[in-house]
Amino acid sequence: MSLALRTFSSMKDANAALQVSGTRYLGGGTLVVRAANEGDVAVSSLVRVDDPGLSQIAVSGGKVRLGASVTMAAVARHPELAALAPAARAVGGPAIRNMATVGGNLFAPAPYGDFAVALLALDATVVTEGGEMPIETFLAGRDTSRVIVTAVGFSLPRAESFRFLKVSRVKPKGVSVLSIAALLELAPDGTVTSARIALGCMADRPIRAKAAEKALLGCKLTQQEIAPALAAAGEGIAPITDPVASAWYRAEVLPVHLGRLLLN
Amino acid sequence: MAKVPVQFTLNGSEKAEFVESGTTLLAALRDKIGDTSPKGGCHQGTCGACSVIIDGELRLSCLTLAETCGGADIKTTAGLAEGGVLHPLQRAFLDAFATQCGFCTPGMIMAAKVLLDRTPNPSREDVVEALSGNICRCTGYEPIIQAVLLAARANSQNAA
Repeated sequence: MSLALRTFSSMKDANAALQVSGTRYLGGGTLVVRAANEGDVAVSSLVRVDDPGLSQIAVSGGKVRLGASVTMAAVARHPELAALAPAARAVGGPAIRNMATVGGNLFAPAPYGDFAVALLALDATVVTEGGEMPIETFLAGRDTSRVIVTAVGFSLPRAESFRFLKVSRVKPKGVSVLSIAALLELAPDGTVTSARIALGCMADRPIRAKAAEKALLGCKLTQQEIAPALAAAGEGIAPITDPVASAWYRAEVLPVHLGRLLLN
Repeated sequence: MAKVPVQFTLNGSEKAEFVESGTTLLAALRDKIGDTSPKGGCHQGTCGACSVIIDGELRLSCLTLAETCGGADIKTTAGLAEGGVLHPLQRAFLDAFATQCGFCTPGMIMAAKVLLDRTPNPSREDVVEALSGNICRCTGYEPIIQAVLLAARANSQNAA
């Protein structure tokens, strides 16, 4: 096995090099070098861009922009991103978090990609040289995407409106059984006025629980009132089966964990 | 495949090597430079046996390409002992029986060193979190956790 790595200073040149068959973009290495180590012969050459701007975090006026090379560790320790820290810390162990990037997590197949679940709930925008697109559009087309992600942007949630939960069998670091991120706005009387819920491991990539979102509107977060939302949580899901859990098990426990997240 | 030059500092001394493009840092350290303290366990980023410290941060050398480490400051467990005297973490791992087959030990010690460098008096939870990316199939972890806490106490006594 040999890989040829080419380093570019310009995103334009790197994007051009990426069009060659067998070429992948090297971010933190936790996905593509792993694939190469495992014997994935589809990866024959790698490109990367050594622009320090890709590692920048910008927070201003309630808007956040994370460069694609920002690591999970950098998100987890950033004082203004405390709301996102639980999602960043959900990825891997300490060494992986020092390497794994925001951009890479968008491509991580289930059961990985817990941070992308959080970004989906936040309705993030994915930035490439060709422009910006909603994360939902990006995730739907990521398998055939041949353009390098340069950043993601989103509105910083208020800590109390954003919730994240990862369920794993091994603590504190384990592969996801599932993960859930929810962005909820409540009226002063506690009624849900808007809800955006994203699920990990419920398909090969993060998906939204749209039926549950709809069922939550106008409800208060009580056991009784959220029951219809929990019953609807499984609509449209196609959970993965892996050594950690079967699709059947994941589907069975989803409403339980969604309930805990909402009532917590 | 063309070879590429790589230059970095390993445990305080300058190293320069030609490696094939795409060579992992783990392979460069073990097969080219001869530092066999980082171990190749899973090569998947799961076991932590290949952990090294790059520019003060814990990294997995099996998932890091050597040619991306130009100019880096790399530390491995092989560089910890000074003048034949074991590092307090190495001493503690022996004293607390925290090593059996020893394969995970260099990675555990690197993860623990990063922790103690930043948090000299860690709680048990801090230690568990710091070691959470490192797998041990022999000890059941408890002696390793105790060894790190023992090393922290030894450090603070020496500093006092």
